[in-house]
Amino acid sequence: MPTAKQRFTLAAFAFAALALAATTQTATAQPRTDLVVGMALEPPHLDPTAGAAGAIKEVTYANLFEPLLRVDADGKLVPGLAERWSVSEDGLTYRFTLRPNAKFHDGTGADSADVKFTLDRARAADSVNAQKAYFAPIAQVETPDPQTVVVTLSRPDGLFLFHMASGDAAIVAPESAATNKQKPVGTGPFRFDRWVAGDRVVLVRNPDYDGAKPKLDRVTFRFVSDPAAQVAALKAGDIDAFTLFSTYEALPEFRNDPKFVVTVGSTEGETLLSTNNARKPFDDVRVRRAMAHAIDRKTLIDGVLYGNGVAIGSHFPPHREGYVDLTGLYPYDPARAKALLAEAGYPNGFDTTLRLPPPPYARRGGELVAAMLAEVGIRAKIEPVEWAAWLEKTFKGKDYDLTMIAHTEPLDIDIYARPDYYFNYKSERFNALNDALNRTQDPAKRNALYGEEQKLLAEDAVNGFLFMLPSVTVQKAGLTGLWVNRPVQANDVTGVSWK
Amino acid sequence: MRRKLPLSLHLGAALTLLLVAVALLSLLWTPYPAEQVRVIARLKPPSAAHWLGTDHFGRDVLSMIMVGARNSLAVGAAAVGLGLLGGVPLGLLAAGLGRWGDEVVARLGDLVFAFPAVLTAILLTAALGAGAVNVVVALALFNAAVLARVTRGAALAVWRRPFVGAALALGRGPLSATLVHVLPNIAGIVVVQATVLFAVAIVNEAALSYLGLGIQPPSPSWGKMLGDAQTYLFTAPLQAVFPGVAIALSVMGLTMLGDGLRDWLDPRHRSSGVM
Repeated sequence: MPTAKQRFTLAAFAFAALALAATTQTATAQPRTDLVVGMALEPPHLDPTAGAAGAIKEVTYANLFEPLLRVDADGKLVPGLAERWSVSEDGLTYRFTLRPNAKFHDGTGADSADVKFTLDRARAADSVNAQKAYFAPIAQVETPDPQTVVVTLSRPDGLFLFHMASGDAAIVAPESAATNKQKPVGTGPFRFDRWVAGDRVVLVRNPDYDGAKPKLDRVTFRFVSDPAAQVAALKAGDIDAFTLFSTYEALPEFRNDPKFVVTVGSTEGETLLSTNNARKPFDDVRVRRAMAHAIDRKTLIDGVLYGNGVAIGSHFPPHREGYVDLTGLYPYDPARAKALLAEAGYPNGFDTTLRLPPPPYARRGGELVAAMLAEVGIRAKIEPVEWAAWLEKTFKGKDYDLTMIAHTEPLDIDIYARPDYYFNYKSERFNALNDALNRTQDPAKRNALYGEEQKLLAEDAVNGFLFMLPSVTVQKAGLTGLWVNRPVQANDVTGVSWK
Repeated sequence: MRRKLPLSLHLGAALTLLLVAVALLSLLWTPYPAEQVRVIARLKPPSAAHWLGTDHFGRDVLSMIMVGARNSLAVGAAAVGLGLLGGVPLGLLAAGLGRWGDEVVARLGDLVFAFPAVLTAILLTAALGAGAVNVVVALALFNAAVLARVTRGAALAVWRRPFVGAALALGRGPLSATLVHVLPNIAGIVVVQATVLFAVAIVNEAALSYLGLGIQPPSPSWGKMLGDAQTYLFTAPLQAVFPGVAIALSVMGLTMLGDGLRDWLDPRHRSSGVM
């Protein structure tokens, strides 16, 4: 039992605590200016021009680094480091005019020489850019004055501007390019503060930014890979917004809680049952079509994404112009699948291996796909692998039967024309369509060509075309300006604020 | 007068028998095919149709637990069986050879003990790929080292006893003495140790499957069921309860069986008059 004196002290403490709470409350009546963003994966480094990991761009794109152009929340091209640009009639000459007062975070000016350095570095023979192909059409880069860059292409490329707006084309300075992996120096509205390995990257507002100033003065990206810990961190209030949230089974809880807002948008992630077209029995189109008939996309989307996804019938996102709905081409029909397998010489099915990288859509989805394939006699042994092993053996080594993976690069249907891509798909007709697409500028004609490509891929049943990966964000109520859709890999926080 | 069997032996034997019976039954019958997916009927609580409910893909949890029992037993039996085959001869050899032979076996054991069994298994599955076979290999390696050490210690004690000396003096060779005199006298200790290792193997298999390195889907495993249940702790807590109880009961049964057997067989207890 506390004595009277102790009780008094306790009461005094309680009062003091209350008073303190009251003052902090008045303090927070002002809108907050800091933000904690949760991400599942930590970037391996912070140089978007030297790595394929999406997490690099999810921290740096638009926040820290700026390409010449940017992609905005709706997928439109808007000015980045270049305030305007023009394209010649023949589609071969691009003229960019840079912002006059743009500066790198180390205080040096950002001018045409930096752009030339960046583009030449990315297309050089020893370039480590993850999307080197984006820069391949460039014939030369000229700098008539510090504010003007003229890029000449060797062949027309309908996607050139779009590619120049990707994180891979972020403009870097010769002085800092070598150290950007650990201490990134860009031209964006936020600058690098610190990186606590395994935990967080902190960005702070760049006071010298020459464009519109962001409302936030401090943004922390926290990396939480464990699904249960993600949910707990959100509920505890440690994280203000979790982007690309993939613990879909927890969404009903957050939807029912007025403290949170859940948004579900689109990504560019076509999720595939990637198939080794060069390997028996998958070199037979009847076998691939049989697999397409064996997979029930609706059940897959319900089982893996809890309904938060859109089915696809080819390698193209439904939200883009030029999309053709081919989801009806191979309706779920196990009997038809068995008949096709028998026709191809496998009346009793066959044994194969399904290799699964770590994300939940692959591990969970793969389990369901294997169960569906088993129904028609295709016995797929599941082989879970880590990312490094997946990239090495499957993507680079092309040593696999089946795997499940989301292809998140935007407008990447051209991968089917690449001669050494891991699908091992070879089609003269597709390559001809792709060449025609590269020569075509007119949007209507381009869309028609995209349609032809989609149909061809669906008819050849190159891969199992499953669903679009959703962009799910769980955020605290009162936060505005976060992207709903994910037209490029990015967590653009430049327009984010608290109410 | 017959010695009274310890209570733990009764309980342990009953639980272990139950485990074996469920596993055997699953070969003939399960309420549903354990791999049958029905997403529409997922995460259902226990009902007349599904006694233990359904999991996140609508599979029948009871069927999965039953087949899971079989998988757990198979991995445990293989890991302990291989451990016995490797460890007991090594231990006997070490005790029989003495000096440098003893030293070699002891240092090999140290090498294995330097890494915890689960870590060895993780390393092995990372190098060779996930799957039941590699889990068995890793656990068998650990079991062999434990059994070699136990066998060696027990065998050395038997070697020092007068009747072995007498047998050798009468012209029995060392191999024959080992088989006729040493092995029967250490069998009890080895059996007890093997029973305990069986329980450890079941826990370790569950741990590795929980991490996604053990038995691969579609074949059900208690550990994987626990791992899957983790993200449903708030929405469907029963998902974690049933596989958890299955693991706990099996391990408890085997451990009690081992304890009971030790109390019953241990020569020290016998000579100290605990009857």
